[in-house]
Amino acid sequence: MTIDSIKNGIVIDHIPAGKAMLLYQYLKLDGLECSVALLKNVPSKKMGRKDIIKLDEVIDLNWDVLGYLAPDCTVNIIREGEEVEKKRPELPERLVGVIACKNPRCITTIEQELPHIFKLANRQKGTYRCLYCESKA
Amino acid sequence: MRHLIDILDLTTAEIDELIETANDIIQNPAAYAHKCEGKKLAALFFEPSTRTRLSFEAAMYELGGHVIGFSDAGNSSSAKGESVADTIKMIGCYADIAAMRHFKEGAPLVAAMRSDIPVINAGDGGHNHPTQTLTDLLTIKREKGHFDGLTVGFCGDLKFGRTVHSLITALSRYENIKFVLISPQELKVPSYVKDLLKDKGLTYKQTTDLDSVMPELDILYMTRVQRERFFNEEEYLRLKDSYILTPEKLKTAKEDLRILHPLPRVNEIAVAVDDDPRACYFRQALNGKFIRMALILKLLEEAGK
Repeated sequence: MTIDSIKNGIVIDHIPAGKAMLLYQYLKLDGLECSVALLKNVPSKKMGRKDIIKLDEVIDLNWDVLGYLAPDCTVNIIREGEEVEKKRPELPERLVGVIACKNPRCITTIEQELPHIFKLANRQKGTYRCLYCESKA
Repeated sequence: MRHLIDILDLTTAEIDELIETANDIIQNPAAYAHKCEGKKLAALFFEPSTRTRLSFEAAMYELGGHVIGFSDAGNSSSAKGESVADTIKMIGCYADIAAMRHFKEGAPLVAAMRSDIPVINAGDGGHNHPTQTLTDLLTIKREKGHFDGLTVGFCGDLKFGRTVHSLITALSRYENIKFVLISPQELKVPSYVKDLLKDKGLTYKQTTDLDSVMPELDILYMTRVQRERFFNEEEYLRLKDSYILTPEKLKTAKEDLRILHPLPRVNEIAVAVDDDPRACYFRQALNGKFIRMALILKLLEEAGK
């Protein structure tokens, strides 16, 4: 299967297999007007299988989302058909407004105006906990 | 602005200072009788409480201060839909310090983030209860003389028991404490508490059998299975009588064991145990007032009030 090469855009590579759709939702790519390609279960020497997302435009990505959902992915910026930059996300110290606390006892369940904030509790395990009630994300 | 939301907001040195102040208050109450004259404590109790609320109120009165507030969310403007942030901003106009109990976890933190006066977490849902922890630490220090090297058993509802989570967290900062976690399978400590112990390389044992571990314990911290934490009444009824401490069960315990309980108890400690010199839960309740006096003094002083 082939997808046209990109002239100006972004390739998000090395996404764990099965996570591309989740990233698509959390990065709010459905709101874009440019071409977006999602490749699932692409054979990979390093990962066995991986997902890839290709965007036909250079946009501002939410790096917190990338760091949280796919910390090992690589983001390649393409300009005039050439890869001009390769970046990797980092686990963010705080996640603001990305995910919601699921604890029914959390204050966020009754105070709608409160931002859902999660803090990195364990960098090695990539564990996040709600700032308010400390429930695991 | 300094607040007390989580017991870890205080260093162990600060906890030692608070214990020292509380002990001094016990020795010389008259010296503290006018320390808070002209000051007001707002007791914001969105959830019913007897011990904690009365203990805060008694603490402020014994420091010569006054208390305003409410003891039920139905009597507060939250019933009209006011946010916690707005409530605390408004209270800051009338009081010098606030103690907040809330049925939702994290509510006192939200208040502290917006408050112009010190906020003390007086219990938030099944999450934290740092002043109970200070009470427990003062009691252990007064009863045993030290923290290091103790074997501390926690028994009952270790899942929703916020006093348990806070006390384990606090004790995890001392040397060589062994934790014995006794609960039904359904009420085991949450993963974040176990993670904390694992991350610190501390020794802990989980069991469902109180009798088998009784002889090892220096402290036995009993807890009530709390009806208000269950969404399912059937599950509450099934688990509520899991552990009942009786004089018979204490036969294998150490002579210098100390039995603590944050109170109120339902039936998890038989009344016959009250006369055992090892039972110190009523002394513990009294200690709660003294440590809260010490805390109010510290936070008001740091706020420059």
